[in-house]
Amino acid sequence: METSTPLLQVDGVTLAFGGVRALSGVSFAVQPGSITAVIGPNGAGKTSLFNTISGFYRPTEGSIRFRGQDITRIHAPQRARMGLGRSFQNIALFRGMTVLDNIKLGRHAHLKTNVFDALFYLGRARREEAELRRDIEERIIDFLEIDHIRHAPVSALSYGLQKRVEMARALAMQPEVLMLDEPVAGMNREETEDMARFILDVRAEWGVTVLMVEHDMGMVMDLSDHVVVLNFGQVIAQGVPAQVQADPEVTRAYLGSGNVDELRAKLHAAAHAPAGAAA
Amino acid sequence: MMDWAYLFEISLTGIASGGLYALAALAFVLVYKATRVVNIAIGEMLMAGGYLFFTFAAMWALPLWLAIPAAVLASGLLGAVIERTMIRPLLGEPPISVFMVTVGLSSVLIGLVEMIWTADQRRLPEFMPTDPIMVGDAFLAPKVFWGAVVAALFIAAVLLVFRYWRGGVALRATASDQAAAYSVGINVPRVFSLAWVASAMLAAISGVIVGSIGGISSSMGVFGLSVLVVVIVGGLDSVLGALVGGVLIGLVEALAGAYLGGEYKLLATFVVLVAILMLRPYGLYGTREIERL
Repeated sequence: METSTPLLQVDGVTLAFGGVRALSGVSFAVQPGSITAVIGPNGAGKTSLFNTISGFYRPTEGSIRFRGQDITRIHAPQRARMGLGRSFQNIALFRGMTVLDNIKLGRHAHLKTNVFDALFYLGRARREEAELRRDIEERIIDFLEIDHIRHAPVSALSYGLQKRVEMARALAMQPEVLMLDEPVAGMNREETEDMARFILDVRAEWGVTVLMVEHDMGMVMDLSDHVVVLNFGQVIAQGVPAQVQADPEVTRAYLGSGNVDELRAKLHAAAHAPAGAAA
Repeated sequence: MMDWAYLFEISLTGIASGGLYALAALAFVLVYKATRVVNIAIGEMLMAGGYLFFTFAAMWALPLWLAIPAAVLASGLLGAVIERTMIRPLLGEPPISVFMVTVGLSSVLIGLVEMIWTADQRRLPEFMPTDPIMVGDAFLAPKVFWGAVVAALFIAAVLLVFRYWRGGVALRATASDQAAAYSVGINVPRVFSLAWVASAMLAAISGVIVGSIGGISSSMGVFGLSVLVVVIVGGLDSVLGALVGGVLIGLVEALAGAYLGGEYKLLATFVVLVAILMLRPYGLYGTREIERL
């Protein structure tokens, strides 16, 4: 895995807001077909990193390369069209629209129809629409098991389902990299297990590369091929889950200094608690 | 003894002029929905449209079929310039700052109009049919009637376009959640421009109609005051609210003008405004997310 060219490469990225450095010199690579997780304590800069990769923030220094192309100067909507789909920590759905409308909007970027087509030349628009609907219904809705709520307004759904709809919308963009910002935050065990299964299946069935920010250690350790640990905006460790888990830096970052051995054992136990289908 | 025929006639006039309010209110709501900017200069943008039409039709003597689209397109350009130079640089600033910019914009537009066209009242060329319109026994001023018809046509066109065209979908998506819109590949700044251009064009159409009914002058932006009442009553971010509010305020003004006297028109509309805000603080159809200013 380390030998192939990375699909996404973050190189020396520094992000400063005035005097505050949210990220400093962050470098890591996402290999095609991998599940890469970014972990770290609250305020470590995980979401800032996500926002920089998807183009919401522009790094002060460093570069981001996607499929070998430098995308540092490319705007967020364009990056989305290039194949970087994402979800948000605090759920960003189009409220007041139905589940289906939300998912359809994920395909928005790929629709070719312009205003004149829509008004005067409905043939192509309609064909595209039909094709789009088939694609969406058969694949994403079935896959994420949200068939029963397809016409429900998203604001009426439970938190777990909203997260799932957000993922469906990101998938509708047919991304190459699916970026998930805390996909299981605030979910109960059953919902977490479902989500873990979806993440594995997304990769297995669709070949989508996954980059996620997550707090649930058990899930991260079970699912990920590669783990990047951030603390105070810096990468303090990265590698395969076992490597990262064994790193005393990581333990300290998470649990503060103290009896490191005892805390490490605790962390180890947490990571091996049952985390669902992923095992 | 109530004169029902008279009441009917007054109500018809009220509803017809309400159509104009609805069109102008739609222009306001478009910008508010997409960009969350309270555009206090909506009345002045309407005025600008009226004066541009005056320039093309009366000063340059262009035929009507050319003068009207030219005025609308020029207004659209004005909308784009306003968005790029005054609104876009304030992206991310507190709503009150942007609000104050639009207050300034209204003064700037009035100043420009007085510099270019002087402060005198002008008449627009006649272009609407002048045969009286009779609905049953009720008489309706032809200009008011045709103005309402044109307004209704444009309202319908706008609703259709924004329902089915991608740009309209993008606008609704942006209105709903900007971060999400970005993440699905919608070019949000372009949507902002689009909203301002479309709003300026709609305002210009209202301006041409309002101007051909009552003439144009540099104080014509006062019409915008009623439009603001309409959108506050209807709910700042509601298209349906703009339509219902427009007709409601048109009706209230007409009835108050006829039964209480012209000087009570504004008083009556503001009484309605206060009453509705007491019952529904977000307006008739507004959503709860509306920002307080």
